[in-house]
Amino acid sequence: MALLQISEPGMATIPHQRRLAAGIDLGTTNSLIATVRSGEVVTLADEQGRHLLPSVVYFKADAEPLVGDAAKAHQLTDPLNTIASVKRLMGRGQQDTMQTLAGHLPFKLAVTDSAVPRIQTSAGTVMAHEVAAEILLELKERAEVALGGELSGVVITVPAYFDDAQRQATRDAATLAGLNVYRLLNEPTAAAVAYGLDQQAEGVIAVYDLGGGTFDISILRLEKGVFEVLATGGDSALGGDDFDHAIAEYLLQAAELSTSDNPRLLREALVVARASKEQLSTANEITVQLGEWSGLLTRTQLDGLIAPLVQKTLQACRRVVRDANLAKGDIQQVVLVGGSTRVPLVRSQVADFFQTEPLCSLDPDRVVALGAALQADVLAGNKPDAEMLLLDVIPLSLGLETMGGLVEKIIDRNTTIPVSRAQEFTTFKDGQTSMSIHVLQGERDTVEHCRSLARFVLRGIPPMVAGAARIRVTFQVDADGLLSVSAQELTSGAKSSIEVKPSYGLSDREIMTILQDSVTSVQEDIAARRVREQQVEAERVLEAIDSALKNDGDQLLDHEEKMTILAAREQLAAVRQSTDPQAIEMAIKHLEQAAAFYVERRMNHSIRKAMAGHTVDEFRG
Amino acid sequence: MITLTEAATERVQRFLANRGKGVGLRLGVKTTGCSGMAYTLEFVDQLEDTDTVFDANGVKVVLDPKSLVYLDGTELDYTREGLNEGFKFSNPNEKARCGCGESFTV
Repeated sequence: MALLQISEPGMATIPHQRRLAAGIDLGTTNSLIATVRSGEVVTLADEQGRHLLPSVVYFKADAEPLVGDAAKAHQLTDPLNTIASVKRLMGRGQQDTMQTLAGHLPFKLAVTDSAVPRIQTSAGTVMAHEVAAEILLELKERAEVALGGELSGVVITVPAYFDDAQRQATRDAATLAGLNVYRLLNEPTAAAVAYGLDQQAEGVIAVYDLGGGTFDISILRLEKGVFEVLATGGDSALGGDDFDHAIAEYLLQAAELSTSDNPRLLREALVVARASKEQLSTANEITVQLGEWSGLLTRTQLDGLIAPLVQKTLQACRRVVRDANLAKGDIQQVVLVGGSTRVPLVRSQVADFFQTEPLCSLDPDRVVALGAALQADVLAGNKPDAEMLLLDVIPLSLGLETMGGLVEKIIDRNTTIPVSRAQEFTTFKDGQTSMSIHVLQGERDTVEHCRSLARFVLRGIPPMVAGAARIRVTFQVDADGLLSVSAQELTSGAKSSIEVKPSYGLSDREIMTILQDSVTSVQEDIAARRVREQQVEAERVLEAIDSALKNDGDQLLDHEEKMTILAAREQLAAVRQSTDPQAIEMAIKHLEQAAAFYVERRMNHSIRKAMAGHTVDEFRG
Repeated sequence: MITLTEAATERVQRFLANRGKGVGLRLGVKTTGCSGMAYTLEFVDQLEDTDTVFDANGVKVVLDPKSLVYLDGTELDYTREGLNEGFKFSNPNEKARCGCGESFTV
């Protein structure tokens, strides 16, 4: 019979309706899948009891791709068809990849005219997200066997610095693997969740993630259940592998061995170095054997070898704390992630740096997957009252362009997502039948200082006088921060929409710059807004007076009166583009005064027309 | 009377300790599924007046009156089947089971 798990009180479901959920840490080097079973969060192992799945895929012509350890076995014999570290390619453009990564990748990129880089393998070309999909599929199958049913949804973690294109690529990979993604979660946030830090009211948390080949440091702020990423930094080419190299070099020197004509010796030295490093996490000194040579290695010696590397990570920490506009003392908790944080020197240096004992009771290799699984369990609806609903915020305001090149904000920055906001707009000109919608991101008041995300046109607005049409523009941001904008003219129902997907991502550093700009430019923005508003008002008044004169000017005005109004009109027309808001405002007032009697006459005229054939009594309320 | 095997006892105690709250384990049946009835397992935070409580190796096992009728004499075990692991009911009242193994009739 099916094996059962213990549910929360009142949450046991009927058969075939159980919501199996999992969290996936899709890593550069290794990937993991975790789930909550009987209230306990665990990572899932394969048949051999291995939890970590190497993020390696082996492609061979006319065969199913191999994933994990099976693929890794081909790394030395067939490196070009064994794809590792594909995460570094996710969501990157062809040009971008060629410029920054070419030569550093252990595989060959195909030269194509497509926007997405393709990897050349003997099974044809593959895209990064297709490789990632193979890894996800392997984890999915593992989980479905272990849980005895189909997964209803997963939470996949991504680095905090991933932009929208990279997030979208991750989602695409999940779709290919047949996974329903509840949401993508930032890796540092997942680590904080695994330690239950989301249960506290507020705090500033640093997540120090030192893996095999990458180092990431993130500063998070938790406020009312919402994690905000304040700053991220790190080094994409610094990790435990560098520790191994430093130790191996030392051992080779001590053993007086040269690897120049013996590449296998270097590999052996690296293996020995790695094992020594791991043993010295608990032992104070060990005996090391390399070839014929054997000698003593102490933890103090090890610390000396890796100290410069650890120092490099702390420099990155210092920078990122500064980027977040914080002092070291503001950081209340530090979470350790990544296998290399098992090294005692790393722990003690991090503790010294942040002046606080880092959290390390959970396995640093698994902590991200565990946090993702906890979140997935909540999103699947397996917790009674959604004890934890982790929210993200949008980093920059979203808005659209209005007349005069001004930006009207629809969703303010730091709004929690998912969110949907609508606002009504109207037409500017009589008989206007279409409207251009320009979607922008940023904190400034003027279009040229914001980032353009998309443009589309709403057509089919029925011809009406200016200001009569009602156009509802809706902004919707889903849980992954992806934006869709739709516009609808309410009287006719004419509709148009656009989805803003990739290429709208910005790095945290760019976001920081944008935010700082908006603060330093407040005065400038206020002034610019005043000028633009007066310019737009001038246009509107000119448009109205011209339209009126064309309609009934000759009928209601004698020549002299008309000349007076036209003179005032010319004065306004002359300053309509002026950068002096007062000059425009004066000219508008002047024209309004000059035309006041005309406006009154028009009003009376239209009332008379409307009342023709009626008695005054009929209009008395 | 409900009994727990040693493996089941150990697991329930661990899961309760992990959870940090809860007074025991509730066994129940739900009318549904292809064969009529399905077993349920839940943590217990609050006892109801009508509940029957058994002590099984120090674990409080809780049943509502209706479930007790169907489950009396059941032994609960914790087993591993390949990669899958979880609790298993051995119920003497059970007569037939649906193919999926998630529901049963008495």
